[in-house]
Amino acid sequence: MPVLPEVILAGMVCVILLIDPFLPKSGRTLSYVLSLATLVVLFAVTVFGMSPEVRLSFGGMVVNDPMSDLMKLALYAGLALVLILSRGYLKDRGIDQGEYYMLALSGLLGMMILVSANHLLLIYLGLELMSLSMYAMTALKRDDGRASEAAMKYFVLGALASGLLLYGMSLLYGVTGGHLMLTDIAQAVSTGPSSLALKTAVVFIVIGAIFKLGVAPFHMWLPDVYEGAPTAVTLYLATIPKIAALAMLLRLLVDGMGGLMVDWQPILIVTAMLSMALGNVVAIAQISFKRMLTYSTVSHVGFVMLGVLAGTEAGYSAALFYTLAYVVMSLGGFGMILLLARQGYEAEQLDDLRGLNDRSPVMAFVFLLLMFSMAGIPFTLGFWAKLAVLQAVVGVGLTWLAVFAVITSVIGAFYYLRAVKFVYFDEPIDRSAVNSAWSVRGVLAVTGLIVLGLGLYPSWLTGLTAQAFGG
Amino acid sequence: MPNFSWPMLSLIVWLPILAGVLVMAFGSRRPNAARWFALISAVLVLLLSLALLPSFDLHTYAMQFVERAAWIPQFGIHYHLGVDGISLPLIILTAFTTVIVIISAWEVIQEKPHQYLAAFLIMEGMMNGTFAALDAIVFYFFFEGMLIPMFVVIGIWGGPRRVYATIKFFLYTFLGSVFMLIALIYMYFKGGSFSILHMQQLPLTMTEQVLIFLAFLIAFAVKIPMWPVHTWLPDAHVEAPTGGSVILAAIMLKIGGYGFLRFSLPITPDASSLLDGLMIALSLVAIVYIGFVALVQGDMKKLVAYSSISHMGFVTLGLFIIFLIAADPINMNHSGVRLALEGSMVQMISHGLISAAMFLSIGVLYDRLHSREISTYGGVVNTMPWFGAMVMVFAMANVGLPGTSGFVGEFMVILAAFKANFWIAFAAALTLIIGAAYTLWMVKRVIFGEVVNAAVSTLKDLNAREAWMLGSLVFLIILMGVWPNPLLDLMHATIEHLAQQALTSKL
Repeated sequence: MPVLPEVILAGMVCVILLIDPFLPKSGRTLSYVLSLATLVVLFAVTVFGMSPEVRLSFGGMVVNDPMSDLMKLALYAGLALVLILSRGYLKDRGIDQGEYYMLALSGLLGMMILVSANHLLLIYLGLELMSLSMYAMTALKRDDGRASEAAMKYFVLGALASGLLLYGMSLLYGVTGGHLMLTDIAQAVSTGPSSLALKTAVVFIVIGAIFKLGVAPFHMWLPDVYEGAPTAVTLYLATIPKIAALAMLLRLLVDGMGGLMVDWQPILIVTAMLSMALGNVVAIAQISFKRMLTYSTVSHVGFVMLGVLAGTEAGYSAALFYTLAYVVMSLGGFGMILLLARQGYEAEQLDDLRGLNDRSPVMAFVFLLLMFSMAGIPFTLGFWAKLAVLQAVVGVGLTWLAVFAVITSVIGAFYYLRAVKFVYFDEPIDRSAVNSAWSVRGVLAVTGLIVLGLGLYPSWLTGLTAQAFGG
Repeated sequence: MPNFSWPMLSLIVWLPILAGVLVMAFGSRRPNAARWFALISAVLVLLLSLALLPSFDLHTYAMQFVERAAWIPQFGIHYHLGVDGISLPLIILTAFTTVIVIISAWEVIQEKPHQYLAAFLIMEGMMNGTFAALDAIVFYFFFEGMLIPMFVVIGIWGGPRRVYATIKFFLYTFLGSVFMLIALIYMYFKGGSFSILHMQQLPLTMTEQVLIFLAFLIAFAVKIPMWPVHTWLPDAHVEAPTGGSVILAAIMLKIGGYGFLRFSLPITPDASSLLDGLMIALSLVAIVYIGFVALVQGDMKKLVAYSSISHMGFVTLGLFIIFLIAADPINMNHSGVRLALEGSMVQMISHGLISAAMFLSIGVLYDRLHSREISTYGGVVNTMPWFGAMVMVFAMANVGLPGTSGFVGEFMVILAAFKANFWIAFAAALTLIIGAAYTLWMVKRVIFGEVVNAAVSTLKDLNAREAWMLGSLVFLIILMGVWPNPLLDLMHATIEHLAQQALTSKL
């Protein structure tokens, strides 16, 4: 059954929602364990269902292909790490509620639908399920002013973006003569010159799709939401939804409107350049580590755009490779805030990083790897991610764009170096050893190992992402 | 083709990196274990690199001890290593310098010694990888990767302005190298391979060559460093701990020169020939102007740093003067071209030894009085006679006195320059005077003269560790000065081939 993972997940969301009232106020261990168990089961089911062919079901509305398989596996693994990292933080702040697990899983369901959607309605359905869960999660700490404000902003802007996307879809529906299936749309737009209406549809759809990625100039919500949300939620928002958003972008632009590449490529070029420049420059001015990482996200999604706009198989797999690398790196990056946070204290400022090398050399080394990986220095995963997208754009003759990209990444290197400076070159303010839960330190060590391991031998992952696009 | 049953080059590259990680794992509680372990691994790597010599074939320019395996097939990247006559001496120099650096840190570095030693071992592996790489991306991988340990070394164990210096160092080098990366990717799509040897045969139009040449120039000019992108070097040197300065001056600067030899000259010969005027001009500015700048420094490390820039000017002069020599019909047999290229290579190796020796000597003084100012010292020879004698040898080598290694390279380059143009040779030869002025004046003020500072009269002469460290350098500097032939034989075939490549048009 092609949608077995989705069905299992939907069932488990209901189960977790139902058992929650019967759990004692003090802990949600059962919800936590059930969520993790669900992810393990989903992983196994998806692995068993994997196949190199494209499998259509429900009259072609749902598509399962190597790309969706790989993305779903990454979603499960990413979410599992997010849950493990967040557990202690949620408990300390009294927001270890059943809703967190329920919303995290229903958001995952939305992402899975998005990844496998081959139909405009299904795409919208998945997007809304994912987004609404995320809006609610942002407001999880409901008596916190900052979080409520962030949730409100996120909701209003997200709804606007959804509206734009929907409007673009309706135009597309009209112009192509009543098609909702992406394969039909692809056929309809490949014949005949693109009309103004079609161009307008492209613009609206691209905007709606890149909003969730946080590509400039549609990144305005990102800093406030990421900063305002509890860090455990930020960790969720900043990582796995990017995979789903990339899937949506690829499904819409490549599977659906591949024939209109001349129309969407320039938009992506401009937004990618804006993202890389703005993200890297503005991050320099931040004194909050959390905000700095947020702007670094803006620059990373700009690099992801480079792969997409190349319009080749190598480009798409580079974009996916970059996104997966980004998920690992930002999991580690935001995870560092959880590592340093204590009961009643959020370690969100760069100053909180001071002297980490004296307090925990291993975690400091992981931090160093993560930062250099984000900067794109060799021996780390981030270098290969950057190389992949640069190779993709140079391969289609956009060498000038690659030059622009590397200049912005040199600018960006500065703030990563500064973060390393706080960890390695400064004296600690608080000399006490870092005593977070072993689970947090364990997950962070895993991200460090992935960044270093794949930095030395990336062909395992590059092979998978190439297969995802039939390479 | 000589062959070992195990991958020697991979061992030389990865063994120090692995050892570095292990040293880091020793933790700060067992510093002596970390020191001994680091020393033993460094010596082992030096022995391994020396073990290549007997089976190295002197009569071929072909790459030897080649290893090749698919690394990232999706990107067309191979793990491809090999050495020839220009990379092997540099690998041995790297291995030797690392041993010296570890000895120099022995009891001097008390703060987190395990991390310090680990950084240098990891750096050694990366530098060896840079010299042994035959795949352009493998080269870039190591070229860029070594910035990480150096950044940490300057930042943790450096002087008061270490953060400024280390970030400046990192960003300068990073900015330089990213353009090279784009050029490499461009050539990959042009020729279908990242192999450096393949790129050397790739036909390129003049416009492409000029752009690629400029991309390489930014990368390597920053690394060497050439005027006017040299400003990171004095800062980095002054703030870096002794070991960091030694590695920077002895090896990292050489990677820039090596890059010109390996990439610029063979891959873009026509652009190199077209822009040789610019390169020669920049080299002469470095030799003469930076020499004068060195003269007025009050900080010993800064003085030696500027002297390094000036000496590296000889290397770039030797590399790019060849087009002028070849253009002159008198020099039909190209012996002048070989003279210039070999002179540059000898100058690189020799400067590696001399600059390491100079920085180590300054380190010896700094460990005792914690000052790098020339004015602090004076009359050091009264209390440290052995030290004074050794510094005198290093100073003479820095000046280029016959009988020391400094003479050989400079003399060869100046001789070659005479074949091209009298005035260029004249300007380059000025350095013999300026170099003598700033070096000897510093020695005079530091080593000789009256004891003005009471602290100087309490100085203790070299201990056994320091004596071995500096003594081995004295030995090598004089050995290379009186008997440079083994080194020249090593690189002869390769340089011959390189000269041919550089002088054959690709258009």
